Amino acid sequence: MTATLPPETQHSETTAPTGWTAVCRYADLQPERGVAALVGDQQVAVFRLFDGALHAVGHRDPVSGAHVIARGIVGTRGDAPTVASPMYKQVFDLRTGVCLDAPDDPTVRLPVHPVQLRDGWVEIGTGAVAP
Amino acid sequence: MSTPAPSTPGPRHLVVVGGGMVAHRLVEALVDRGGVADGGWQVTVLAEEPRAPYDRVALTSYFSGRDPQDLALGDPALWDTPGVQLRRGEQVTEVDRQARLVRTAGGREHRYDALVLATGSAPFVPPVEGKDLPGCFVYRTIDDVAALRQYVTEVDTRRQEDGSHRPVTGAVVGGGLLGLEAAGALTALGVQTHVVEFAPRLMPLQVDEGGGEALQRLVGALGVQVHAGTATAKLTAGRDGRVARMHAAEGSAAGLTHLDVDVVVFAAGVRPRDELARACELPVGPRGGVAVDPTCRTEDPAVWAIGEVAAVEGRTYGLVAPGYTMAEIVADQLLGGAAEFPGADLSTKLKLLGVDVASFGDAFGTSPGALSVVYGDPVAGVYKKLVLSDDARTLLGGILVGDAGAYAGLRPLVGRELGGDPAAWLLPEGAEGGPASAELPDDAAVCSCNNVTAGSIRDAVRCDGCTDLGAVKACTKAGTSCGSCLPLVKKLVTTELAAAGVTVSSALCEHFDVSRAQLFDVVRVTGITSFSELVDRHGRGRGCDICKPVVASILASLDSGHVLDGERATLQDTNDHVMANIQKDGTYSVVPRIPGGEVTPEGLIAIGEVARDFGLYTKITGGQRIDLFGARMELLPAIWERLVAAGFESGHAYGKSLRTVKSCVGSTWCRYGVQDSVALAIALELRYRGLRSPHKIKLGVSGCARECAEARGKDVGVIATDNGWNLYVGGNGGFTPRHAKLLAEDLDTETLVRTIDRFLVYYVRTADRLQRTAPWLEEIEGGLEHVRAVVLDDSLGIAADLDAAMADHVEGYTDEWRATLEDPEKLRRFASFVNAPDSPDPSLSYVVERGQPRPSTAAERTAGEATGAVLVAGPRLEVFSR
Repeated sequence: MTATLPPETQHSETTAPTGWTAVCRYADLQPERGVAALVGDQQVAVFRLFDGALHAVGHRDPVSGAHVIARGIVGTRGDAPTVASPMYKQVFDLRTGVCLDAPDDPTVRLPVHPVQLRDGWVEIGTGAVAP
Repeated sequence: MSTPAPSTPGPRHLVVVGGGMVAHRLVEALVDRGGVADGGWQVTVLAEEPRAPYDRVALTSYFSGRDPQDLALGDPALWDTPGVQLRRGEQVTEVDRQARLVRTAGGREHRYDALVLATGSAPFVPPVEGKDLPGCFVYRTIDDVAALRQYVTEVDTRRQEDGSHRPVTGAVVGGGLLGLEAAGALTALGVQTHVVEFAPRLMPLQVDEGGGEALQRLVGALGVQVHAGTATAKLTAGRDGRVARMHAAEGSAAGLTHLDVDVVVFAAGVRPRDELARACELPVGPRGGVAVDPTCRTEDPAVWAIGEVAAVEGRTYGLVAPGYTMAEIVADQLLGGAAEFPGADLSTKLKLLGVDVASFGDAFGTSPGALSVVYGDPVAGVYKKLVLSDDARTLLGGILVGDAGAYAGLRPLVGRELGGDPAAWLLPEGAEGGPASAELPDDAAVCSCNNVTAGSIRDAVRCDGCTDLGAVKACTKAGTSCGSCLPLVKKLVTTELAAAGVTVSSALCEHFDVSRAQLFDVVRVTGITSFSELVDRHGRGRGCDICKPVVASILASLDSGHVLDGERATLQDTNDHVMANIQKDGTYSVVPRIPGGEVTPEGLIAIGEVARDFGLYTKITGGQRIDLFGARMELLPAIWERLVAAGFESGHAYGKSLRTVKSCVGSTWCRYGVQDSVALAIALELRYRGLRSPHKIKLGVSGCARECAEARGKDVGVIATDNGWNLYVGGNGGFTPRHAKLLAEDLDTETLVRTIDRFLVYYVRTADRLQRTAPWLEEIEGGLEHVRAVVLDDSLGIAADLDAAMADHVEGYTDEWRATLEDPEKLRRFASFVNAPDSPDPSLSYVVERGQPRPSTAAERTAGEATGAVLVAGPRLEVFSR
């Protein structure tokens, strides 16, 4: 279960990950459809976009509290790549985790996880979470 | 003339006697103009009926299933305005002009500074023998209508119970406007209806001989028997003391001697209720009604009369529009103005028994030198006449029967030059348009009920910033009474918006500039089969949660590929993606299809075993099937493997598609059923299962008129008759409930199915995103009539295409769940975690309530964590008991 981060950590700057966890092959990801991954006790939503880019955000929907973000519809709003929560349809910027329907509300933000591609594997950074 | 000075200090007191539509308008006008409270008038409305003023004009719709609340007028908050008091059920028995007060039946006194009589009129019952027998009714109030309805139902029930099944028969005395309204009401109740009219034709006051003939033919075709030129001599009772026979006077047309009837409705005109005025010695008009001058004032300067009870310069008016005008005039004077009654527009447009009738201006051509242009089509049942000035240029009036489409455009032109060939207005293709509405002068009255001119509508757009029809209606009141002018109002608004450079956006979202219906056509014409190609060529960006499911639905409608094939899987909402309904904790509910609600004991046992083995919460749905809640995504394939093995298939509860066909048990078991509703419901459900649409679709089939399947609350409702099936469309529950409207009667099963096929495909192709059938029918150009013409008469020439589309759907149907279980690639998407495919979401937790699991609340989880009592669901669900 995703820990509820205290407010001060939610706003901290990104720190370098202390380690990487491989979760799946890049080829296993369908463009524009997310998957959930268990990284330690964290549930992470991982997305491969149409242009090939990778993004990882928290799987927990801050509005409903359910772990469902990876099951949202992926798209764009303006230039921003987005995912819409399947529960109440809030749209989040995959790059920043900001809810584009309430950009100033820090309580409806998704944590952003570092993600990288190595030897065909998708890896999620551990030990650091950006707001 | 000045308003009366207050007789006592403090706010002046206005008493309105009567709580009808005109009284409502008077109070509304006073409040709107800021004339109430804060130093203005204290208003007391004394209403005899036990309810707030309602839309009497729409009374007949009460029969087609509407609630009394649907007849509400305007904003109900009017009666909460400080300074306004509505006293219901309070009948005034005396006016004391000396003391300036009125007395009520309950002995109460209300002092007034100004008194307005708005008592309306009472139905005229001809003084024939037997007029008071049980089973004789009048047609004026909600209570009249309710009593009539109850009586008819009682007679019908008795017939059913004694096994005679003879249809209830009714006679309406009077073939005028009100009589045809009443006949429509009886017909809607399933009564075999006769109309008895003394004059040689129907609606003698509104239409001429040609119009009357066309009307009689059209009404006759609907099963109403018209006896024109017939007088009622007396009514006699049967052995039970209730009315049983109507005797025609000697010399009646066609030698009619009598009619055997169960119910009689008197609708032979009205008489002004001027008894209060007579009793306090106010003068009355030559044919009754309180005599008033053009300012609507009686000879007593503190007393006015408005509406049907007022005789303005000797003449009474039985329509609501002149009454509204009088209300506005009196409101103006009460606030110090000097408005006068300008004469009344007696134009009428009605839909009686589904037949359009309109009459406006000098309909009978009585002006000197008047010329008539007549168009008649007995086959189509259409009669149209324009009355023109002697130079054939200026429109004086007209009559339209059978097709009144041109009314909205023509009526404002009365007294003006028509321009072009007048005949162009009468031909069927000219009916909708005529000259462009842009040419209407600003002072032309568009809405005669509320006296709204073309200019005020243009101003509402230009100056008040209204950008759609709804806003203009709210702002100007145009089209809010009878609604006959709405096509013209809409046209004016659209023209004005276009002129102002405002484009009315029908764009789906930021990625597509077109509406769902347009996008549907794009996909159909181009043959594009993927979202990427479509957004590349006809949109921008990579889509969103609005356009992607729309495109998925369109693609599914146009070919029958699996919803999870290739890129299409990425377009689906999670419900369609995993073919289940997401619930608040992120688990899903599972609904196997149970066609028509018919299920075997073995089927029930299989469902029960699945629910038990997977720890699912079980509930019966409103659509006569069983919903299994709490299924984790990774368990869906295992659950469905069991369900498919037991013979079940996807119920599409997750899709914008056919949900269920609800049925009653029908003639196989029910002693009242007249048709096999279950068999038809199953056939329809199997035919339309999996049909993707702009919104969910629900059907219902009832085996008799008792309507136990509540089919009229469905998008498509079928009700059995002795001769086949009646088909209703456009019923919706949900946020704005609607009863379905009758599309066709007494269809055989083959015609019924073909008609539903076309209706559904036409809806799928033309409706907007998430637009259910009721709003679609309201908004589609031409409404229900248009849709009826398309599906029954092939007016667009697309019926073969619609039939082919449905045939493709039926042919191409496969069970999505069975197909998914057979495809390992598709099964991968049900993994809970890409790196731990069978691990349950560790955050799920449940408590047991009434013997079944439910998601724990946040408070319960917190308490559980503190005590360690909440158990996280494992691979096999575990729950803890409180």
